[in-house]
Amino acid sequence: MNSPLAQPRSHETDDGMPAPPPNRPASDPRVAALRPLADGRGEAAIATSPAPPTKVDIRNVNFFYGKFQALKNISLPLYDRRVIAFIGPSGCGKSTLLRILNRIYELYPGQSATGEVLVDGEDILAPGFDLNRLRAKVGMVFQKPTPFPMSIRDNIAFGIRLYERLPRSELDERVESALRRAALWDEVKDKLRQSGLSLSGGQQQRLCIARAIAIEPEVLLLDEPASALDPISTQRIEELIAELKADYCIAMVTHNMQQAARSSDYTAFIYLGELVEFDETERIFTHPTVRRTEDYITGRFG
Amino acid sequence: MQLYARRRLVNYVVIALSFMATGFGLLWLMLVLSTLLVNGITAISPALFTQMTPPPGSSGGLLNAIAGSLLMTAIATAIGTPTGILAGTFLAEYARTSRFGEVVRFVNDILLSAPSIIIGLFVYQVMVVRMGHFSAWAGAVALAIIVVPVVVRTTEDMLRLVPATLREAAVALGAPKWKVIVMVAYRAAMQGMLTGILLAVARISGETAPLLFTALNNQFWSGDLNAPMANLPVVIFQFSMSPYADWQTLAWGGALLITAAILLLNISARTLAAWSSFRQ
Repeated sequence: MNSPLAQPRSHETDDGMPAPPPNRPASDPRVAALRPLADGRGEAAIATSPAPPTKVDIRNVNFFYGKFQALKNISLPLYDRRVIAFIGPSGCGKSTLLRILNRIYELYPGQSATGEVLVDGEDILAPGFDLNRLRAKVGMVFQKPTPFPMSIRDNIAFGIRLYERLPRSELDERVESALRRAALWDEVKDKLRQSGLSLSGGQQQRLCIARAIAIEPEVLLLDEPASALDPISTQRIEELIAELKADYCIAMVTHNMQQAARSSDYTAFIYLGELVEFDETERIFTHPTVRRTEDYITGRFG
Repeated sequence: MQLYARRRLVNYVVIALSFMATGFGLLWLMLVLSTLLVNGITAISPALFTQMTPPPGSSGGLLNAIAGSLLMTAIATAIGTPTGILAGTFLAEYARTSRFGEVVRFVNDILLSAPSIIIGLFVYQVMVVRMGHFSAWAGAVALAIIVVPVVVRTTEDMLRLVPATLREAAVALGAPKWKVIVMVAYRAAMQGMLTGILLAVARISGETAPLLFTALNNQFWSGDLNAPMANLPVVIFQFSMSPYADWQTLAWGGALLITAAILLLNISARTLAAWSSFRQ
């Protein structure tokens, strides 16, 4: 098996702790079967449902801001119809990793990525890959709500119109269904012509999610989607994520450990640009393999 | 405690000085406005807006000058605004960090502060001298050259204020760059850009020097853009310098008109700006 999975830094531990066993996601069927039962977790690993097909395969990805290397040799699968959470302290590179997946970093000169990111088997980092096609397939929602300065309806229609010319009635239907799926329809159905900026922060964020799913992507990237919201709005967003994962492969960056634990199926812990541990969320939060992961999730640093 | 008392004293002195300085500045503005009002209000009559500039000694108005000013300002805005918006867009969206962009930005800032008489002289040389006569076109072009740097500057500044996250959000949907600019960035920056255009219009509506060299003046009604054309600033200049009392009165009336128009434009610009910041 030429491993698409990260080699942990654990062997070069600098704080004198014993080198933990190489970390492999226990649930990955390719690995789970190999896991020694002696560590008492093998049974659990075998008992878990088989991992769904890989939607996005990140292979040996490095990322550079100019000369500074922000990500080092990251390899990670994103499974279809599952939520993966990227956790780690500020500046560790988790948002950077997310921003590679739709190549939004290309807006800024001096930023570059190497390695491969296979989406449905196609390397999206390959030169000449059609960025519009990529972004139609991989949608993104940002930390701060970013409604466009136009009406609620036009916010949704903007994306749809980029790809399809629809008669008015059909367009309105698409707008409605996107808003319904983002659990926003009932709140805005009577004011579709009002500015998207007139909504509350939580509503704006759901509008952005509606806008992202209106163009029917297959992968959804969420960059701390609830960090600027109050607890009630956050809960709504989390409920939404739970519903949306039935249809999408979702990757989410979060600073909120509880949110990662609640909302995600898989968790990747990134530290100083390296993937420290990737596993089922439950396992990461109950039996992390690497000491540093445990320190982070228990709040000993970060 | 002595230190505290001294600080209080210094504070009072500085406050008093600041008030006096502000009062001094406002005093002149008030004087200018009140003089204008006192002298100009008598000239305001229906005739001012319906009759042509008269020969000395007979009654008349400023209709041809008003019309000429409006027409040339409109043409200058029509030429200068799109040019300025496109150049500002180039600087903000395509050449934000490039060397070439920096040079353009620098040159634009020079143009922004160039004395208008030099612009008048330039257009005189390249248009009036070549064509062999003064013309409204030359006047409009001279005014347009004043409009461009103002609009370039405000457009660029306003587009730079559009948050990067908004652009990213549009790009993340797969929108091509031009659509991001036209449909998202322009909308977000609209109020600021409009404010800049209004301020540019306010600026040129009172410019005299560039018109003296280019459109000159015309005593009669003229819609011919290839001929000299009457305009308020030059008429004010000519009439106020004249020895005739009725011409002088008309000059005051024209001055009051321009001031009122500029005031109105500035207030609308402010209102627009305030409205946009309120909306966000």
